[in-house]
Amino acid sequence: MNFKQKYVFLFPGLFVLIGILIFPIIFVIRLSLSGWNSYNGLNFIGLENYIRLFTDDPRFWESFFRLSFLSVTTVVLQYVIGFALAHMVWKDIKFQRFFRVLFLIPMMTTPVIMTVIWRTFFHESLGPVNDILSNFGMSPKWLTDPVLAKFTVIIVEVWQWTPFMFLLLLAGLLSLPKEPFLAAAIDGASPVRKFLYVTFPLMAPISIGAIIIRLIEASKIMDTVYVLTSGGPGTSTETSSFYIFIKGLREFQMGYAASMSFTYLIIMIVSLTVIAKVLTKLMLKD
Amino acid sequence: MGKLYKILKYFFITFWAVFVVAPFLWALTTSFKDFNSVNGGATYIPWVDFEPKLEGWRVLIKSPANGGVDIIEPYFNSLFVTCTASLISIILGTLSAYALSRFTFKAGFVKNNDITFFFISQRIMPPIVLSIPFFLFLGAINLLDSLIGLIVVYIVLLMPIAVWIMVDFFNKVPREIDETALIDGCNPYQAFFKVVLPNSIPGLIVAGMFCIIFGWIDFFFAFILTFTEVQLLPVKIVALNSSITPWWSLSASALISVAPLIIVAFVVERYLSKGNLSGAIK
Repeated sequence: MNFKQKYVFLFPGLFVLIGILIFPIIFVIRLSLSGWNSYNGLNFIGLENYIRLFTDDPRFWESFFRLSFLSVTTVVLQYVIGFALAHMVWKDIKFQRFFRVLFLIPMMTTPVIMTVIWRTFFHESLGPVNDILSNFGMSPKWLTDPVLAKFTVIIVEVWQWTPFMFLLLLAGLLSLPKEPFLAAAIDGASPVRKFLYVTFPLMAPISIGAIIIRLIEASKIMDTVYVLTSGGPGTSTETSSFYIFIKGLREFQMGYAASMSFTYLIIMIVSLTVIAKVLTKLMLKD
Repeated sequence: MGKLYKILKYFFITFWAVFVVAPFLWALTTSFKDFNSVNGGATYIPWVDFEPKLEGWRVLIKSPANGGVDIIEPYFNSLFVTCTASLISIILGTLSAYALSRFTFKAGFVKNNDITFFFISQRIMPPIVLSIPFFLFLGAINLLDSLIGLIVVYIVLLMPIAVWIMVDFFNKVPREIDETALIDGCNPYQAFFKVVLPNSIPGLIVAGMFCIIFGWIDFFFAFILTFTEVQLLPVKIVALNSSITPWWSLSASALISVAPLIIVAFVVERYLSKGNLSGAIK
């Protein structure tokens, strides 16, 4: 089909989006080449911000590797748990609808608000976790120990976003064709073999889609960190977004923050494209 | 084998269900505590472990002048911003998605898939990258700290989701439907509004639910782009988390903020079981 009217359908949405985004993006690039202060506004300083970023700011790169570690770990956990849960409530289960709704609920809750609750939950002396653990003589510092704080962030992220993975994978499982399973049943395949040779390969394209979507969202981890630990103790849970936030909107080094944002955006686009290509190759090799 | 698997399955599901419910139950008991029962260490069962009080709930509807928190106004602000931005995103997103699913576009090397990717790729944009220019721009046109400014920003967050879900949905709606309508003498607009749209209601509902979820749960933009005039619910609640945290009203307000979205969970599950979500991620 081809009509002149096709543009009437496409353009309102496209132009609204471009219209809202184009100036901010151009502005970020312009700002990243500038010093900025409230007295005389922008002054062009060339690549100085970028030189500082690449030669003199280990904190940015540390926060970036921390982000990579946190997002990859949480997404892998979410995928494994989400797939297991989706497979379990797929069929042959009592209270099916109840469990499906229950497992969806965390993603419907506002991350920052639930994180405030998690903060009280993991409170060192007044929270229930340490109340139970104290019976065994333990009282871990969930939020103030550099290693444990990362672990706590991971727990909260997994709680919050496994439902999204679960939703996408369950939708995938429910849309699978019946014939391969009948064939496997006729051949007398064991449940394990059925999963490895039928279910999992059929789910590969959906798995890739779900993992990429979650990686994109996980790479923005910021709300949770802000409320749970404020990047601390020290900088041990600080992610890229949070560091840029501190530089830009706390210390008002707008130009430098803009150069970090732009670098960060480019790294995100490149690495997500590479990850998508690699995953597609790995999971679809047969 | 079968039996062991079954035991493991129910064990794991129960374990996860407890993990999902735990923070909600904790918030529920905490919301009925007062200063003394919170600071006496963790307690769980009302009347047995501690004396329940309604202070945490009462404070939420009092005005700040009477020492209350007043989450009613932020609540309606949140509802208004989320619903308006979702509605605009769905309308614009659905039109664009229909065009991308049915017609062919070509401008140089840019084809349909590239345009679709452009829409969806806006989700990759880290909020922090946009926050600084939005902060300066909205300030320049006096929309900082206003509902309209937030709605504009939320459209960027939500339209990619609407386009993503609706393109896949329209791809599954048979083309014969439009073609028959066109042969019967409809123009393309009539074909879309009278024939295709009524057949797309499940897709619209799913896209709407997702827009509402992702609009309602956003904190970051509301946090950076509003201060005192306009406050959204998440910002208001997180602001309670200050030096001396009133755990009781914090818990009560958290539960209130979660409540409306539980309905969304039921709707999503229903459409999931009917298979209307399956196309969404291929």
